[in-house]
Amino acid sequence: MELNQLTALQLGAAIKAGEVSVAEATAFSLERIQAKNPENNAYITVLEEQAMARAKALQAGVSDAVSPLYGVPMALKDNICTKGIKTSCASKILGDFKPPYDATLVEKLDAAGSVTLGKLNMDEFAMGSTSETSFYGATKNPWDLTRVPGGSSGGGAAAVAAGMGWYAVGSDTGGSIRQPSSYCGVTGMKPTYGTVSRYGLIAYASSLDQMGPIARDAADCAAILDLVQGKDPRDGTSLNGEYGALSAGLTGDVKGMRIGIPTDCFGEGLSPAVSKAVLAVAETLKSRGAVVEECSLPIMQYVVPTYYIIAAAEASSNLSRFDGVKYGWRAEGFEDLTDLYNKTRTEGFGSEVKRRILLGTFVLSTGYYDAYYKKALQVKALIARAFDTAFSKFDLLLTPVAPTTAPKLGESLSDPLQMYLSDIYTVSVNLAGLPGISVPCGFDEHGMPIGAQLIGAALQDSKVLHAAHAFQLDTDFHKKEAR
Amino acid sequence: MKITEEIVDYVSVLSRLKLPREEKGKMVGELESILEYMDILNQLDTSGVEPMSHVFPVKNVTRTDEVVPSFDRAALLQNAPVPDEEAFLVPKTVE
Repeated sequence: MELNQLTALQLGAAIKAGEVSVAEATAFSLERIQAKNPENNAYITVLEEQAMARAKALQAGVSDAVSPLYGVPMALKDNICTKGIKTSCASKILGDFKPPYDATLVEKLDAAGSVTLGKLNMDEFAMGSTSETSFYGATKNPWDLTRVPGGSSGGGAAAVAAGMGWYAVGSDTGGSIRQPSSYCGVTGMKPTYGTVSRYGLIAYASSLDQMGPIARDAADCAAILDLVQGKDPRDGTSLNGEYGALSAGLTGDVKGMRIGIPTDCFGEGLSPAVSKAVLAVAETLKSRGAVVEECSLPIMQYVVPTYYIIAAAEASSNLSRFDGVKYGWRAEGFEDLTDLYNKTRTEGFGSEVKRRILLGTFVLSTGYYDAYYKKALQVKALIARAFDTAFSKFDLLLTPVAPTTAPKLGESLSDPLQMYLSDIYTVSVNLAGLPGISVPCGFDEHGMPIGAQLIGAALQDSKVLHAAHAFQLDTDFHKKEAR
Repeated sequence: MKITEEIVDYVSVLSRLKLPREEKGKMVGELESILEYMDILNQLDTSGVEPMSHVFPVKNVTRTDEVVPSFDRAALLQNAPVPDEEAFLVPKTVE
């Protein structure tokens, strides 16, 4: 059996049927990691011994497998707290921080019989669109090692694309699951805000942060979300709801489903190859009976500034906890307490993180609060309203994930504003709290993967997955393997 | 929005950051171009629009006041850069 060609669900089924042992699957992943991590740097921490010990323990209970992903090896972004296992946010300032507790999501995956292979590289504190701002060095795109994997969950997308684990869990504040998934030719979903507990996710911008799966296809994403969604008393923003039936909804039948194409997302700045591949998704869904229509979403030109004001403001507050006192790294050679804070933070944070802290502090400061922060919250209300109007006519919206395919390493960081602008198609989904998925839909002239984004109304995660799955029944972009 | 070194100095103090001269110079230019771009929001009339902090209605979450064990002190101190047996150690703050 070619293990690498199996999806997570197929591997789970093979494990349950006794065709593959958990240890075989785990050893297979660890070998791939050993071979490929030196070139793509997807992992910060690899848990060889723990993963093999866990695999052996799980094998004993395989006949009573508690979930369809029982025994399937996976990995977690390094901003998700894992008890006793280094969690760095790819930052110097967290040093060798080992959380004293597991994130709720980690507890849930654990209970479902997952094998954790390690912790994945990312942009420092999830701030960035290329995974180059990591203190542990840039992750590289498995399709072309001279290109970025996207960010901030670049390690997760690269790992899944390179077969270094069957799925990954990332976090998405402004596109950090969807954009790297698009750049690396894998399927990644940001579910509706509040459907996955954020307890144990190290916060960047709390009103926008959400964890979600990066996997081989939409069916795997549904299966993972079925395991991790749910109300959690430890996250006051988590939502009550009916969870656990996403997988069951994947019938492939999209007859009558109304799909809107916002023309504002296909204008200036979009690469022609991306535009063509994304619009072809509409044709595929149409051939399955979906009703496709163009629509307008002029608010799109305001989403990037709104996002960066709100995200930076929340980051400046959330990251004040990193001070060199309670955990992580502390600078040396300080004169007094204030100097300890100043030195630790100045030397411990990278420049993109400092830029966002300063920007956030500025937009919240006296004299500028109304003009920037309050204004952004008002525009956010208008953005949410614009989506409400769109979803009164459509079940889903189809847009690109990013304006281009993966850029070369080193191209993006020189101009932060240009990098921010490339987030235009993804950030609105976070601002409005909506579910969005990135599905592979083609390749550009350099052979780099292109992703299409399907966006649904709040709590309509099932429709998003349903359409993505239907598209993947008719296409094989998601089955292509990175070199 | 014109960003000056003074503004960057001021928000640096608020943020507990102390940028080296060269980094500060670069930051002034970058913040200015970012904020200049953000001024595009002023094209939108938002008078009378209620600022939206959360997309879904968020209300206070309460629970019964029950005494439960807190985290083990030693486990928490394990991550501190400089602890003793029972506390986080910092430079003297009050003379």
